[in-house]
Amino acid sequence: MPGMRIIKRQEPLGWRSCLVLLVAIGFSLALGGGLLLVRGVDPVAAMGTLFVGAFGSRYGIEDSALKAIPIFLCSLGVALAFRLRVWNIGAEGQYALGAIGASWLPVAMPDLPAYLLLPSMITMAVVAGGMWGAIPAFFRQKMRTNEIIVTLMMNYIAISLLDYMVYGPWKDPASYGFPMTATFPPAAVVGKIGTTAYSWGLVHAFVLAVLIWVFTTYTRLGYEIKVGGANVRAARYAGIPYDRLVIGVMFLSGALAGWAGFLEASSTLNRLQPSIMANYGYTAIVVAWLARLNPFYIAVASFLLAGLRVGVESLQLDMQVPAAFGLIIEGLVLLSVLAGGFFTTYRVTRR
Amino acid sequence: MDIAILIPLLAATVQSGTPILYATLGEIITERSGVLNLGVEGIMIVGALTGFVVSLTTGNPWLAFFAAGAAGCLMAAVHGVVVLLFLGNQVVSGLAITIFGLGLANYFGTPFVGQAAPGFDPFALPILGNIPALGEIFFRHDVLVYISYLLPLAIWLFLYVTRIGLNLRATGEAPVAARAAGIGVVAYRWLGIIMGGFCMGCGGAYLSLAYTHLWTNNLTGGRGWIAVALVIFSFWRPQRAVFGAYLFGGIMAVQLRLQASGTTIPSSLLLMLPYTLTIAVLVFSSWRRGSTGEPAALGTTIEPRQ
Repeated sequence: MPGMRIIKRQEPLGWRSCLVLLVAIGFSLALGGGLLLVRGVDPVAAMGTLFVGAFGSRYGIEDSALKAIPIFLCSLGVALAFRLRVWNIGAEGQYALGAIGASWLPVAMPDLPAYLLLPSMITMAVVAGGMWGAIPAFFRQKMRTNEIIVTLMMNYIAISLLDYMVYGPWKDPASYGFPMTATFPPAAVVGKIGTTAYSWGLVHAFVLAVLIWVFTTYTRLGYEIKVGGANVRAARYAGIPYDRLVIGVMFLSGALAGWAGFLEASSTLNRLQPSIMANYGYTAIVVAWLARLNPFYIAVASFLLAGLRVGVESLQLDMQVPAAFGLIIEGLVLLSVLAGGFFTTYRVTRR
Repeated sequence: MDIAILIPLLAATVQSGTPILYATLGEIITERSGVLNLGVEGIMIVGALTGFVVSLTTGNPWLAFFAAGAAGCLMAAVHGVVVLLFLGNQVVSGLAITIFGLGLANYFGTPFVGQAAPGFDPFALPILGNIPALGEIFFRHDVLVYISYLLPLAIWLFLYVTRIGLNLRATGEAPVAARAAGIGVVAYRWLGIIMGGFCMGCGGAYLSLAYTHLWTNNLTGGRGWIAVALVIFSFWRPQRAVFGAYLFGGIMAVQLRLQASGTTIPSSLLLMLPYTLTIAVLVFSSWRRGSTGEPAALGTTIEPRQ
């Protein structure tokens, strides 16, 4: 721009980067309000409904927390891959495979005892989701394919596979033609904590997050991820088996999404059905990037974006605003935060 | 296979390959300037909706077609603002554009679901349309298909013969050297993004104005992503994009025919075909040594002048 000079900052922006984030979110909400106005909806009232719907009642908070679990786990996995600079866009499909894997045993052998059923469901989900992540990583390292496209295509394949299972071999004969498996036996269900409405899935998510945090902070592998993400050639030179690292991390990334799929099938729906696919895997990417791949911020951002989903549901009910409004906000927030990142690395001065 | 089945199938191949061809060519122009735009899917669907709504309200398909292209430019310009003005990450910005675009199209398109708008109807080209077999396959389509026959050549001429195209490619290969040679590299990246966005928007418009004359949510169904993959398959060359696009058009046409014929293969398995093929094609075209034609500076950020 004429008369302006862009200079790289010498020191990090510090607390003011929070300000940038807030301005970016405010900007996207304002744009979203403009879009509501176009459809003749009062934006102030709508934003109120959205916020109250998400966080203004016990039910809203419970629902937001419930929806935050799959987003959080998928995002944790996605962030792991992103840290290695591997673009895993496939959390959606890995989540689907996790749900399919987890549903196999309760459909095929519903009479197994709980102590066998639940652990094997988790194992199946982790292996299926992990493989769905490892395959594109293998192609990337051995055939130099672009992992963005392969992971994305595998999302579409996974969703079709899930549809095939519930419309075909796993369809419950007693479902009156609806595409769904039979309800899982109680032994296959991750229940609620005590008398609360919160699922034990919340505890799963917390424990997994701690494990991942310890793993990335204190183990050699975590260090290797950091080096591999910063500089591939340096990592190879230092003797890090980069190919195996990428495939292993992608397996882990997919496994976390797969675990999310297991929880959703077991705890939330108690069966496998097409509605299990709710774009959590894509929201997870937005979350990971907003949280700058930090596990704690990922938890916060997951809860907020889950809240956005819940809020948009009440917006849909009360004001007939299409649910796609949530997608618009997600996209806008990501775009403006991305643009706002400029101010954390550069400053603009007069020439 | 019976020739009476084969010829309509090949004609359908051309038809379903056309939107992918428009989008692939758009992405080729953009990537040749060094910018990766993963927003194709979102840009296409916004183009599709814009075209549909303009056609429905004005009754003028041509106006609708260009409006769709303009909408594509606008969406692509958002990507440009984020990655060129604010130096944001191109991969993430593209994903955000896709999410944003799908959201916009569903948000504004919901009231139009199931409605029909006037669009482009097929007509036989004089003389060419009467050639046996070939005429039926290639020359009895709508005008947008005929435009798509000329487009790869036009883009090839633009990229390889004109000075502007040369500068655009230089920006994609070696922006620092290009800047030292006095080329306004940021301006050329803008050009690549905007021209590409126009083609993507037109590809979307083909879906709503010619392929179907109806509006449905998720009309693009992953075609934008297939286009991104086809750029790699084409080795960033417009002439090769034609083969890729028709390959996918073919598999989609076969899938639709099989579904319509009441085959015993479940439709959900048939739906996997184009996506599985994309992976296969990608593995096939990446698995070779030597240059693929990928612009050397693809996806890089141009640092501002200090």
